[in-house]
Amino acid sequence: MTRLHGGLRVDIMHIMEGFLPSPWWQVWFLVSLPFIIIGLYQVNRLVQEKREALPLLAVAGAFVFVLSSLKLPSFNGSCSHPTGTGLGAILFGPCIAAVLGLIVLVFQAVFLAHGGLTTLGANVFSMGIAGPAVAYLIYKAGTRVGANTYATVFVAAALADLTTYIVTSVQLALAFPGTAGFLGAFLTFAGIFAATQVPLAIIEGAVIMLVFKYIVQLKPEILTRLNLLSESAVRKLREASA
Amino acid sequence: MKYGMELAVAALILVFAAVFLFQDAAIRASGEEAWGGADGAAAELIESSGYEPWIDPFWEPPSGEIESLLFALQAAIGAIVIGYIFGYWQGSRKTA
Repeated sequence: MTRLHGGLRVDIMHIMEGFLPSPWWQVWFLVSLPFIIIGLYQVNRLVQEKREALPLLAVAGAFVFVLSSLKLPSFNGSCSHPTGTGLGAILFGPCIAAVLGLIVLVFQAVFLAHGGLTTLGANVFSMGIAGPAVAYLIYKAGTRVGANTYATVFVAAALADLTTYIVTSVQLALAFPGTAGFLGAFLTFAGIFAATQVPLAIIEGAVIMLVFKYIVQLKPEILTRLNLLSESAVRKLREASA
Repeated sequence: MKYGMELAVAALILVFAAVFLFQDAAIRASGEEAWGGADGAAAELIESSGYEPWIDPFWEPPSGEIESLLFALQAAIGAIVIGYIFGYWQGSRKTA
């Protein structure tokens, strides 16, 4: 099957058009739908109650656009791209991150034949929901135990990226257990992706950590308004980098 | 240190680039082709079991150049939005 070259039809993060048989592609649509509906509701509430946070929402969405367009060469001789959804998840929670992920995935499926419309449900779940949920939980846990904010952001974003590919491997293994069974198939798919994705996850964590620092420097009041950082925590972070 | 984090991230990216160059040299020396999507491997695995994709994308970029154009456009849209908003914040802090 030579037409699968160059990542045109396929890539690590997204399952390509037609590569999930029935009933799996419908199942993943159903799983993702409630998150998208809650996400749209939350965006709506943000527009009405916290308008000053909208530029930050635009930054989070734009960040997914930039990062998911960069196909980076990794250590093992193949390419993949980061997701960038970790930032939106930390700032606004996984449901709004799912909406941001959906926008980018539709853009890529329609204009780039990257991912696919029938596999959109599965791809939204891995990149927009599962990864962001991990980032969100790690950030919440990190702030609760008082860990260094930037280190927490780094770990949250990097693990969100890794979770996305692990979930993609689970989705493929469920649909194509083959003769090895689910676990065997999962390990095979995860093995193909792991070597490529781990270095990229570290880079993604580092870049998101840097952007978070700039948000703290430029617009800390939005972070306190979103209950992400207390005013004293902001003061401490700003003094440390002054 | 004011720019400690910037330096650390820059160092990380340099390490990443250096490893890429070494790896690339090693792969070229062995005469293999590389730097395709790691994806291709997964797709080949699926198709080797006899699975045929049941639907094709209704439109595909007609060439690699046009695909790159669209990817660059996607990155540009995002970069403009980030730059505009960060710049706006920076400007309003200075005049405040």
